[in-house]
Amino acid sequence: MNDQSIAQRRFHIALVGNPNCGKTALFNALTGSHQHVANYPGVTVERKEGSVTTETGRRVQLLDLPGTYSLRARSPDEVVTRDVVLGRQAGVAPPDLLVCVADATNLRLGLRLALELKRLDRPVVLVLNMFDIAKHRGMEIDTGQLAARLGMPVVTAIAVRRGGTAALLAAIDRLAEAALPPLPSSASPTWEPPDATGIRRLQQEADRLLEAAVRTPDRRDPLTRRLDAVLLQPVAGLAILLAVLFLMFQAVFAWAAPAMEAIDAGFQALGAMIGATLPQTGALGLLRSFLQDGLIAGVGSVLVFLPQILILFMFILLLEDFGYMARAAFLMDRIMGGAGLHGRAFIPLLSSFACAIPGIMATRVIDSRRDRLATILVAPLMTCSARIPVYTLIIGAFIPDRPVGSGAWSWIGLQGLVMFGLYAAGIVSALGMSFVFKRLLWRRTPSEPFMLELPDYKLPRPRNILLGLWQRAKAFLRRAGTIILSMMVLIWFLSSVPRPPEGATEPAIEYSLAYGIGRAVEPILAPIGFNWQIGVALIPGMAAREVAVASLGTVYAVEDAEEHAGQLGQALASKWSLATALAFLAWYIFAPQCVATLGVIRRETGSLRWMWFSFGYMLALAYLAAFLTFQTARYLGAG
Amino acid sequence: MPASDGASILRPRLPMDRDLGAAPCGFRGRILGIRPIASAGLTAEEMERRLLELGFVEGAAVEILHQGLFGRDPIAVRVEATTIALRRSEAAAILVGPRD
Ligand SMILES: Nc1nc2c(ncn2[C@@H]2O[C@H](COP(=O)(O)OP(=O)(O)OP(=O)(O)O)[C@@H](O)[C@H]2O)c(=O)[nH]1
Ligand SMILES: [Mg+2]
Repeated sequence: MNDQSIAQRRFHIALVGNPNCGKTALFNALTGSHQHVANYPGVTVERKEGSVTTETGRRVQLLDLPGTYSLRARSPDEVVTRDVVLGRQAGVAPPDLLVCVADATNLRLGLRLALELKRLDRPVVLVLNMFDIAKHRGMEIDTGQLAARLGMPVVTAIAVRRGGTAALLAAIDRLAEAALPPLPSSASPTWEPPDATGIRRLQQEADRLLEAAVRTPDRRDPLTRRLDAVLLQPVAGLAILLAVLFLMFQAVFAWAAPAMEAIDAGFQALGAMIGATLPQTGALGLLRSFLQDGLIAGVGSVLVFLPQILILFMFILLLEDFGYMARAAFLMDRIMGGAGLHGRAFIPLLSSFACAIPGIMATRVIDSRRDRLATILVAPLMTCSARIPVYTLIIGAFIPDRPVGSGAWSWIGLQGLVMFGLYAAGIVSALGMSFVFKRLLWRRTPSEPFMLELPDYKLPRPRNILLGLWQRAKAFLRRAGTIILSMMVLIWFLSSVPRPPEGATEPAIEYSLAYGIGRAVEPILAPIGFNWQIGVALIPGMAAREVAVASLGTVYAVEDAEEHAGQLGQALASKWSLATALAFLAWYIFAPQCVATLGVIRRETGSLRWMWFSFGYMLALAYLAAFLTFQTARYLGAG
Repeated sequence: MPASDGASILRPRLPMDRDLGAAPCGFRGRILGIRPIASAGLTAEEMERRLLELGFVEGAAVEILHQGLFGRDPIAVRVEATTIALRRSEAAAILVGPRD
């Protein structure tokens, strides 16, 4: 290789370390590109790449890897880390330098990993991250001694402070300089998974290092100790977990209301403005109908839910950053175990409240295939945020807005309670189904062990939370702008074309294609109380669940073109029976998941069979639930 | 901390010895060894390696900090300066004795 190509060759660095040692925070600090930073061990399930320019102008390519305790990978997550480190991962350049990140306050396992990496005969630098906390706790770390004994450079870092990575950057520069000309072996180093004796030896060596170079005052983090005394107290801990979840759902309803009303009013005003400027008839009339009924009514009815979705994500991000998620898994392990799920499945399932897609991807932290598959199959039953629009609309239209009780109970609204009930129904059915799957599909395979590090609590960083929220908002808006918008255009087209003939007596929609489709599926839907308008809305609802609401909005807006398309809720309240409304809610507890979720299931299970299986079983459950709800409600006189 | 060799199962069991899975909440002790128990679909060898990787190595100081509500399971164990949650059935592979 000549000098020219050496200078141009990008220097590749991989960040390796235990779960939760701050790799992602460090990665963000170095690259300035942002990603989700969380406190739950193993939250980084995707490969994150970025680049950084050092003092001397060298461009360095950086890779953030999932946390691991050893290269002896067990979960799909850890396999990625191992393969990248060994230079075996297809499509990833073998790293020129391994940056081993360790939590300075919790060095024991990090040092063993560093020793393991050292055996690979690749350049390694050890970063003692969270050095601010270590100092605050009165730890004394002799980095010179550590470096000498480990035989690798050791630097300290504070990932969450400006300039906290200066020493690391300088070390990277030095090592990059020294590493040229290119390393003798770009090929993968030989590596054998260590056996029990090997691991023991490494840990004992790490313990000796710790003894020689680190002084730790012998006490636990006082904040973590005091909080855990309450939050992990067997009874109080569970009660608090429930209370947190309940607060989360109340907040989604109560706090979002003002913002939602503002957005709603904005879209109504916009629609009215268009209505006033464009004529009713002719080609411009068609344009008016498209803008007002298709575009504005459709997109508006989805965007209205942005505040609720953001509040939900805010809770999840806060709990993750705080370090509570691992505790929740601890508290829930036995309860989840009863349903045949692994304690670790709690976090993927909780994320599925926001959206099943990140939830299903988060199952990669589960080692065993069976536990993972069970979690993937039931994750879409957790009430995702796309169902919020449906629930909100129906609850708003059919459930009276009044307190459940008086006095001490007056703060609990009936609407919030129904919402909570729908969420609870999702949870119960997820647990029930996983129990059934365990009995029917995997009778003999025992479940994996539950072993999880409980990290110290950390004050959530507002910057992390805001960045996380911004990413969610962007993702939602992109969805609203692409899938949802195109579905809305399709629905408007179907319900507006063909136009009614001159002198038509029936509402315009009864001449449209949508009417034909709705009428065709009506016989199948009649036993569950759905009319043809719902039939029309269900079909695009499979592309994205929230589209069902928007589609209803469009169908009823076109139908009611004359009497100004106002509040969809009011229209429904006058046109649906209570039994139909309840059946519709029941349907959406189980509603077959959106296309995007099906795609992720296919990718993560690597099989079309499991994708169709989950689609089929949810469709069957949805129909059954809606049928039972409708017939029962009608029997009780709500028809 | 005192380092002992790996073949600790050969050590005669003292009357004070017991396994961590049976210890009550608040128990403080030191790890004497890992005994081969196949659990949760893992071989004894794999189980041992996983425990070692989380720092359950001979000589390490342990303390049971918390336990769950149902069946006092799982438990949160302080191992030196790290806190690890695990089930009692897995902790049963860890033999412990008094601190000193
Ligand atoms: N005070 C302080 N907090 C830090 C530092 N580095 C990271 N943190 C916090 O530690 C927590 C975990 O950081 P992450 O970057 O998510 O850890 P990770 O290693 O990427 O974790 P996984 O991806 O789950 O393996 C977050 O709450 C960070 O804000 C640091 O240097 N000082
Ligand atoms: Mg990370």
